[in-house]
Formats: sequence, C-alpha cells, structure tokens
Amino acid sequence: MTLESLNIAIAMPEVFLLAMACLVLVVDVYLPQDKRNLTYVFAQFSLIITLVLLLGNQTDSRVLAFNDLFVQDAMADALKMFIIIISFGVFVYSREYLQSRDIFKGEFYVLGLFSILGMMLMVSANNLLMLYLGLELLSLCLYALVAFSRDDGNASEAAMKYFVLGAIASGMLLYGMSILYGLSGSLQITEIAHAVIATTAGQGGADNAQNIGMVFALVFIVVALAFKLGAVPFHMWMPDVYHGSPTAVTALIGTAPKLAGFAMIMRLMVEALGGLQADWQQMIIVLSVLSLAVGNIIAIAQSNIKRMLAYSTISHVGFILLGILAGTNEGYSSAMFYTITYAMMSLGGFGVIMLMARQGFEADNITDLAGLNQRSPWFAFIMMILMLSMAGVPPTVGFWAKLAVLTAVVDVDLVWMALIAVFFSIIGIFYYLRIIKIMYFDDAVETQPLVCGRDMQIALSTNGLAILALGLYPAALMSLCVAVFS
Amino acid sequence: MFADLPLLSLIVWLPIIGGVAVLLSGDKGDANGVRVLSLVISIATFLLSLGLYTGFDSSTSAMQFVEKTAWIPAFDINYHFGVDGFSMPLIILTTFTTILVVLAGWEVIKKKPAQYFAAFLIMEGLMVAVFAALDAIFFYVFWEAMLVPMFILIGVWGGERRVYATIKFFIYTFIGSVFMLVALIYMYYIGGSFAILDMHTLRLTQHEQILIFLAFLAAFAVKVPMWPVHTWLPDAHVEAPTGGSVILAAIMLKIGGYGFLRFSMPITPDAAHSLDWLIIFMSLVAVVYIGFVALVQRDMKKLVAYSSIAHMGFVTLGLFVVFQIWENPANTDGSGAALAVEGAMIQMISHGFISGAMFLMIGVLYDRMHTREINAYGGVVHTMPIFAAFAVFFAMANAGLPGTSGFVGEFMVIIASFKANFWYAFLAALTLILGAAYTLWMVKRVFYGEIANDGVRALKDINSREFAIMTILAIAVLVLGLWPAPVTEVMHATVENFLQHVSVSKL
Repeated sequence: MTLESLNIAIAMPEVFLLAMACLVLVVDVYLPQDKRNLTYVFAQFSLIITLVLLLGNQTDSRVLAFNDLFVQDAMADALKMFIIIISFGVFVYSREYLQSRDIFKGEFYVLGLFSILGMMLMVSANNLLMLYLGLELLSLCLYALVAFSRDDGNASEAAMKYFVLGAIASGMLLYGMSILYGLSGSLQITEIAHAVIATTAGQGGADNAQNIGMVFALVFIVVALAFKLGAVPFHMWMPDVYHGSPTAVTALIGTAPKLAGFAMIMRLMVEALGGLQADWQQMIIVLSVLSLAVGNIIAIAQSNIKRMLAYSTISHVGFILLGILAGTNEGYSSAMFYTITYAMMSLGGFGVIMLMARQGFEADNITDLAGLNQRSPWFAFIMMILMLSMAGVPPTVGFWAKLAVLTAVVDVDLVWMALIAVFFSIIGIFYYLRIIKIMYFDDAVETQPLVCGRDMQIALSTNGLAILALGLYPAALMSLCVAVFS
Repeated sequence: MFADLPLLSLIVWLPIIGGVAVLLSGDKGDANGVRVLSLVISIATFLLSLGLYTGFDSSTSAMQFVEKTAWIPAFDINYHFGVDGFSMPLIILTTFTTILVVLAGWEVIKKKPAQYFAAFLIMEGLMVAVFAALDAIFFYVFWEAMLVPMFILIGVWGGERRVYATIKFFIYTFIGSVFMLVALIYMYYIGGSFAILDMHTLRLTQHEQILIFLAFLAAFAVKVPMWPVHTWLPDAHVEAPTGGSVILAAIMLKIGGYGFLRFSMPITPDAAHSLDWLIIFMSLVAVVYIGFVALVQRDMKKLVAYSSIAHMGFVTLGLFVVFQIWENPANTDGSGAALAVEGAMIQMISHGFISGAMFLMIGVLYDRMHTREINAYGGVVHTMPIFAAFAVFFAMANAGLPGTSGFVGEFMVIIASFKANFWYAFLAALTLILGAAYTLWMVKRVFYGEIANDGVRALKDINSREFAIMTILAIAVLVLGLWPAPVTEVMHATVENFLQHVSVSKL
C-alpha cells in the first residue's frame, strides 16, 4: 500500500480543517481573554480556506480515497459547501452573543470546528465505520457545547439528556450496523448494497431468514437515524436541547447537522440499503406523518421561541423524510433542496434571536419580539421573510422546497401523503403568523433600538435576502440539487 | 406603439419596485414625499395599463401581450404572462382602484405612512400578476404572496379587533388555496405541464375532475366569498383600514370569480356541469339569505360587506347557470349563455367601482366621527350636502338603479337565468328589492332626519381630494351603466371561445 493509493488529495479540505482546528486549539491556550477575537478570526479564516479548497476540488465523478473509506461525489461537494457556509454564519451571529455572556472562549470555536469536520466526514463516508466515527465526532462536540455555559442549570440538564439519548441512538446504530456486517460480510457501503440486492433477489442461496435479518438491521438503523434527525416518536430530546443550550449552540445544532443527517440517510438507506426500499418506505411514512402532525400541533402551544423552533424543526424533518420516502431521484433532490433551504432559514431565525438577546437577557420568549417593527423595521422584515419561508408562503424559498417535495410525492402516486402534508402545514402557518403578528401588531415593551455590529447586520441581511432571492429565482439551487442525483 | 415593450411585466414590476422604493424612503422624513411618490407610481401604472386596452385586439380569443421565459426549468415552470378579454378589464380595474386607494389614505394615515403606501403598491403589482399569469405555479405564487401585504395592512392599520380579523382572513384563504396547489401538482403529474392553457386541454376522468373541481372550489369559494365560507369577509372588512376594504372588495373578491373562469370551468367542465346545482344553490343563498343578513346590520361597513357577498353571488350564478341554460329543453337555441357570462364579468367590474365607492364613503364619515355605527349618525345631509348627494347616488347604484353600472350586470344575469329556470331568476331578482331595502334604509338613517348629535352638527363637508375621488368613481359608475359596450366588446371573443370550450365534454 503506497501513499498514492490513499489518494489523500481529495480529502484536502478535511485535512486542512483538522490541522487548523488543532492549531486554533494550541494558539488559543496562549491568548489572553482580550485577544480572544483572534481565535474567532482564525476559526473563520480556516472555514473560508476550507471552502476555497472545496470549491477548487469539485468533481463530477465519484472518487474514492483512503482505501475506499472516503468518497467524493457531487452530493458530498454540494452538502459540504453549504455546511461550511452555514457554520460560518453561525460563528458570525454568535460572536457578540458569546461576548455578552462571558462565554466567549476558544473552546467554542475548537469544538465547533471539530464538529464541522465530523459533519464533513459523515457526508463523505463510504464505510460504516467512517460514518459512525464522523457522527460521533460531531455528537461529542455538540454534547460538550450544550453544557458550555456551565453555570446554567438548564444547559446542564439539556446536555445530560442530549448525551444519554444520543448515546442510546448511537448504540442502536452500531447494533444495526453490526448485524448488517454479519449478513453482508463487509463494512463498505457499495459492497453492502450488492449483498442486500443479492439477498432480496434470493441469489446465492439466500433464504428468507437472511432477508428478515436485513430488515431487522434496518429497523435499528432507521430508529437511530430518526433519533439523530429528531423525527417523532424519537424527538423528545429536541425541545429541551434547543431550549436549554445557549442560543449560539442551538444555532450550531439546528442548522448544518441537518445537512449531515440528510447525507447519513442517503448513504445508509439509499446507497447501502436501497434494495430494501419497500421496507424502509413503510417505516418512513409513519415517521414522516407523525413528525408533521406532532411538530406542527405542539409548536402552537409553545411560548418559548426556541422550543417553538424545535417543534417546527420536527415538522420540517417530516417534510424532508417525505421527499426521501418517494424513493426517486426527484424525491432525493427535493429533500436535499428542502434541507439546504431549511438550514438557511433556521440559521436566520436563530440569528434574530441572538440579535435580540442582550446582557443577561435571553429574549427567547415569543413576546420578547413584541413591536420589533417599531424598534427595528429592517430586522422585523427579515424575520417576517424567514417566518413566511418556514410556513411555505411564496415568494420565499420555503414555498419551492415544499412544492418540490409535494411534486415528488405525487409523482409516486402518494397523493394522500401530499394532502396530509398540506393539511399540517396549514396548522403550521398559525404559529409562524403569530410571530409576525407579535412583531408587527403588538406594541413594544422594550423601546430601545437594537444595536449590533456591522458584521452581524450584513450577515443577517444577506441571510434574509437570500431567502427572498432564492424564492424569486430558485432555479439555480434547484438544478444543483437535481444534478446531484442524476 | 406598445408592441415591443413587455407591457405586462412593466405593469407588474413598476408598482412592486416603486413600493420597495417607498418603503426604503422610510418614515423618518417627510410624509408628503412618500404620498406624492406613491401617487405618481400608481398613476404611471394606470397609464401603462391603458396601453393594454388600446393595444388589445378584441377580435381574437387568443392570449395577447404574451411574455414567456423559462423560470424554473427543473419543473418546467415559466415566467408566463398574457391577457385575454377576461383578465384585461380586471387589470385596468386594479390599477384604477389603486390610485383611489392612495388618494383615500392621503392625510388620514399618520402611522408609518411609507409602509402603508408601499403595501398597497406592492399588492397592486401582485394582483395584476395574478390576473396576467398563465403558468399555474406562477399564478399560485402571486395568489399567495398578495395575502401578505393585506395581512399586514389589516393588522397594523386596522380597527380594534384587527388581529383576530387578519389572522382569520389569512388562514381562511390559505386553507382554501393549498388544496388547489395539490390539484395543480396532480395535473402536472398527469399532463407534465404547469401551463394553464395546457391544463385546459388536459384529459381527465370524471372522478379526477370532481376532486380537482372541489379543490379549486375550496380556493375560489373562500376568495369570492361564497356562502357558507364567507364569514372572514365581514370581519376583515370591518377591521381593515378604508383602503384595505376597498382593495378587498373591489379586487380581491374578483380574483375568486376570475379563478372560476380561468381554472374551474375550463379545466373541469364535466365536474362543473355535474356540480352546477351546488354552486347555483350557494349563489342563491348568498343573494337571498345574505341580503336579509345585510338588512339587520348596525355597522355600516358590515352592511356593505354583506351586500358584497350578495352581489358576488350574481357572479357565480351567472357563470354556472350556463349549463342549465344549455340543458333547458324550452330554450332550444341555447342562447343566453354568453349573456350570463358577460353579465357576470360586468357585475364584477361594476361591483369593483360601487363597493369601492361605498367603502370610501364610509371612510369619509369614519375619518370625521371615528364610528361606523349607523345609530351614531342622522341628518348628515344638513351638514354635508355635497357628500350626501354622492352617497345617495352610490347607494342607488348599489341597489341596482337602471342607468348605473349596478343595474347592467344584475339585469343580464337575471335575464339569462330566466332561460334556465324561472325560479332562479325569481330568487335572484329578489335582490332588487333587498338591495334597495338595506342600502336605502341605511342612507335614510345616516343622512336624513334630524341632526342626531353634536358630532354630526360639527361635520365639515368633503374636501377637494375627497370630491375628486367621488367624482371619478361616479363617472365610472355612470359610464359603465349607460354605455357598457366598450367593456363587453373586448370580452366578446373570449366569452364565445370560453363557452365553446366549456360546452365540450372532456370525457
């Protein structure tokens, strides 16, 4: 085995990010608190360079590296690009928030960079072990980050719940993977795929017992994925974690990891277990309908905006699963489009919450948004766009995401699923409208205008306008997603 | 002259971009600048839309001023505009009404005027786009998007129960329209195209047609609004600021009627045929029952809101009575169908003028007295004689006095209904009594009699701005009433083609 066969060049962005994360870790130790900004600049700088490396490294074909552990394809390229852009946004939004809370520490950025690395590895995994390691790298960083504000009781509770439930889910995943390994004799995703197809087709003396074994493994894998994504009935951790974490960390959890989660589903369910599509489609239908129902209905009852966004995330996960269960290339691309746009919307939503928060004041009650239009018409407008987009009202990009998913679902003759989905989005519209109502129609309790740095202003405005611009011209992003799966 | 210009795009985007400019000019500076800018934009848009009329070829039923560019190739969704005899008059109605609305809000709106005027301008562009869109998804985008400015308008500048009213308005209309979206996606799945004209020729089974028709009905019946899904309208009207009520009554309701013409009937003619009894029943209930409901209202705006529902009943009646006209064995030549559809169209345009005028009048009183209760008035004619003259005129028009535009549409629909069934015509004609009763009774209580209180005694007659608005509308009502030919001529070819298409079964 030579170094060339490792094909290390195609993993250059990951290698660079790893090196930079280690460097930031070391440098940060020697920085006094008043120079902490340097850590921030370093972290952002490494993300930018990683993005540049990614863009310079695009490929149309499928390339393997590290003895087939690592794969680079069009989906990986696109998802990694958005993971980095969105994480960059999270870092921008969280700087002032962290500073005002005395948790502006290097660890946030180091752990953040490692979690981004974990996501990138998940996206590019071609081997179950690789996938698992990427997932654990991401999760462990996030567990630590949730407890990051260590004097906060809520945060510690959230971290504990997140850790315990996350560990159970990881255990489920490993269990499913080990059964799969036993039946197929390989950890390579491509080889598993061959084994699955051979088994379901009854080749090579495969009997029914083997087939049942495969489905048995599938059940554990689906449960683990549902846990990680937060699909009902495995969603219990989400509201508590979203609520308890410092908002900067909630933003980190609620945005880019959804893209990695989407990639994980694609790698595991579609690429490895594509042969069992008829089986997992049934399971995902249940998960999807329940997520749409529970997410949208319970969100109405929330008075805390972070909890509301957690339930709204659950309902959006239902929509993403809806695209995946269609089981066609259109379905996968629509789910990817949905995931990317959802991550952007939710990034903006958390951005506004962080903008509203001040020294010792969390601004996470829905009523804290009251009269935002009087205090800052521009940011109220941005928030309105974000909420309309989450509700799926044109001309925002959220509408196109829903349209794409619904079209994919109707295409496979599941019109009733489309009707269920639109029915629950009607319910969903109520709580998004309530936010707009509070911002525009209610009188402000606080009257002082919002103050924030120029970087935050620019980032948040770009974020909101991007949602609107993509709504007016979604063709480019849509054809990117379509191209990935054709 | 306009042949080379993308006229429809200009009419759509000029007010939207202008509205954004007004919004950005902000509320910190001079409110007068904002108003003048808004007025200039709305007048310019109106003048541009007149180009549609002068350049319109009324001898053809084909789409004119067509613009088509690929928008989202992945779903074959196009940026596709075009007008025919149905949409062109409604577009001009929209641009015309927006001018009046801008004038009506002139010095009345003190709170954030830039946002107020910007919302109307943006909404104008969106509504024109709804009428002009020829791609179903393109249509749907504007159809939903126009709810947002109206939602804000009612919620920010509305009356006491504005939040309740505006959320009810939004959710009602949203519920109706998402089912239409699923129907559109389904037809894309079958036919592979989102172009509305392709959907017209799409073959559908009776079963599919019924479901699609009901999905459309959910969207359009709420918008019109038809009994029994009309309850959002009185709330929205009462709480909306004057301008919002005018736009709601004059244009948004027409979008529902337009939807029947553009989608329901041509796409699912057989379902429309087999379910026509349902629509006719709902229309007649609206005409008769809602007419009685209007009679007992104490709030002027609510009264006019209910009268709007009753008048819109004529529109849906006129559209769906055509099937029974063709089927009636006594009516051997099948004539009268064109009369019914043209009557419905005239009724829509006329109602745009009259209901707009009624709401503007109530606005004039409300700006001075800050109440809409009929009981709070009496003897206004003594202090506001000029205004009272206009009020009586518009009330007569609302009651369908011959010579005003209110008469023409109702009369055409009633005559056509006779060819279908005597009782339809009989029940519909009750509106002439009921309409006169509730409108004139309101006028009597508000304007005549002794001066009711000191508030009325202190009233000042309308100023020149209000006089201008009233005069323009009065002229429009009279012209359409005495000489409707210019409007019927432009739609004649379109109506013929429409009836031709609807009469052929798709099965």
